[in-house]
Amino acid sequence: MNFSDILGFALRGIGANKLRSILTMLGILIGVAAVILLVAVGNGSARSVASRIESLGTDTLTVLSTSRAGAGLTMRVADALDDRTVAPAVRSVSPVVSTSATLTYEGAEHEIGSFVGTTPSWFAASNSPVAAGAAFTADDEAQARRVVVIGQTVAAELFPGVDPVGRQVTAGGALFTVVGVLREKSSAGSQDADDTAIAPIGAVRQVLAGYGPLSSILVEAGDPSAVGTAQSQITTILDRRLDADAYRVQSASQLLEARTETAGTFTTLLGAVAAISLLVGGIGITNIMLVTVTERTREIGIRKALGAPRRAILSQFLIEATLLSVIGGGLGVAVAVAVIGSRFPIVGVQPVIVPGSVVLALGVCVLIGLFFGGLPAARAARLRPIDALRYE
Amino acid sequence: MGRPVLDVRELTKVYGEGDTEIRALDGVSLAVERGEYVAVMGSSGSGKSTLMNILGCLDVPTTGTYLLDGVDVGSLSDAQLALARNRLIGFVFQAFNLIPRTSAVANVELPLAYSGMRAAERRRRAMFSLDLVGLADRAEHEPSRLSGGQQQRVAVARALVTEPALLLADEPTGNLDSHATEDLLAVFDELNAAGRTIVLITHENEVGARADRLITLFDGRVAGDIRQEPSGRHAAAGV
Repeated sequence: MNFSDILGFALRGIGANKLRSILTMLGILIGVAAVILLVAVGNGSARSVASRIESLGTDTLTVLSTSRAGAGLTMRVADALDDRTVAPAVRSVSPVVSTSATLTYEGAEHEIGSFVGTTPSWFAASNSPVAAGAAFTADDEAQARRVVVIGQTVAAELFPGVDPVGRQVTAGGALFTVVGVLREKSSAGSQDADDTAIAPIGAVRQVLAGYGPLSSILVEAGDPSAVGTAQSQITTILDRRLDADAYRVQSASQLLEARTETAGTFTTLLGAVAAISLLVGGIGITNIMLVTVTERTREIGIRKALGAPRRAILSQFLIEATLLSVIGGGLGVAVAVAVIGSRFPIVGVQPVIVPGSVVLALGVCVLIGLFFGGLPAARAARLRPIDALRYE
Repeated sequence: MGRPVLDVRELTKVYGEGDTEIRALDGVSLAVERGEYVAVMGSSGSGKSTLMNILGCLDVPTTGTYLLDGVDVGSLSDAQLALARNRLIGFVFQAFNLIPRTSAVANVELPLAYSGMRAAERRRRAMFSLDLVGLADRAEHEPSRLSGGQQQRVAVARALVTEPALLLADEPTGNLDSHATEDLLAVFDELNAAGRTIVLITHENEVGARADRLITLFDGRVAGDIRQEPSGRHAAAGV
């Protein structure tokens, strides 16, 4: 008994009931396509998070206040950090207050998630170059002039078809003059990095945020390799002024690590959900193979009477189940690759295929065929020829 | 005459236990020599089908020994039994039992496939065997497109293709009309004339009359074993 004969029997078995075979394959197809697609979505969102964090610059540190009520970060703390003798690794320090505000221009209104008040050094530190117009200057900042640099989304919302530079918008009852528009940032996911406005910190505090503690302090190190040194230097300064547990220093790379970890968990979760549908498809195979074995009991009896060894019957039904599974899985891969290849974003995420997930899904298909086909095939092989022949 | 093809001694087969116990076979002993044409007859419930299933290695006796071509079947493993069914026995069933949706020639090839023969050689032998039963021109037809008589002749071709020591037929004419019965019996006559050993089960007297030897079963015992002058053979003169 050679393999190609048994393969032929198995193929004929699949062809004998086409609709049923196709529906069974569909179960596996959906399972495999779901695994590959969802893992690709998870992977895609991880990539977009990583690229967004990298666009912030990898040589920055963010000092955050951990105690909500405590005065924590103040302008004086920020000034203390900007000390070339104690912290030579620090290139610039930008205190940040962040609030939400509604901008209006000639009746058009736009709610901004992050209206940022800061110093001019922020633009370089946060890797946010100005595309049109100019950033506000140190002089604007010192005078707390009401000037603002807006993000692309804000520009599109308030000034459709109009150059925003030089126009005046109202925020918190005060007029701000738009002096520049930020360059578009790579943004993907739920948060829009272009939906922002940047103004001198003095003006923002005066008009919108008040004179409470700072939201954060953005510290730029001289170069990426100096981030560690800069972190220990500013920690020394901060420890002298604040309780050790009142603040937290976060580097972009730490943030990247944390976010990557989150994205990994997210991907695993998506994959696990998809794997359940693959399992259900596998159970569908067992179900159909059990029906097939019952239906073809007589045929099994005939084959045994003609001298088919147990092994031949076992392989015939195992191969039949595995073929169902592998053909379904192959089609599932094709569907998933076609969907991903069409560059169609899923829930705002551009899925990025993980080659490993394709290999894994196909491998799992073979295992599913062998495992879930095993029970029915073993049942067929165990049948006593006389019982099988008598079966009606 | 040498070693008998088939030699059973004190065969019993008991179904059920206690009050519901049924002795389908109750001490059957018989031997069939090479080249014999034996008909086993008996009323329904006489145990002839049970005997047939045991002779065909499809079922095992409760007690007794069964030597098939000198081999004690009772001592064989499952795999060896499969091999015995494949090499030593050709089976013809009342219900034809062809594999559906599979061409006549593929059905005939099946035992050869299980014995591991190459495809080309298999096809050649299967065609030869189909030719023997006069169905070479129907080789590519599926069973559903063949008449009952043709299906049974395909089944005979399939039983013959491995050149088995023993051809076992279980009520082969039970589902056939008189014309198809005559065709099939003519095939058996030719095969026997060519030296094949045939054991067939029947309850039809005219079928039993074609054999050289008539064994009658009654209540699981051999009630009669007579050698007879076969009657009604047309083909015998021609061979």
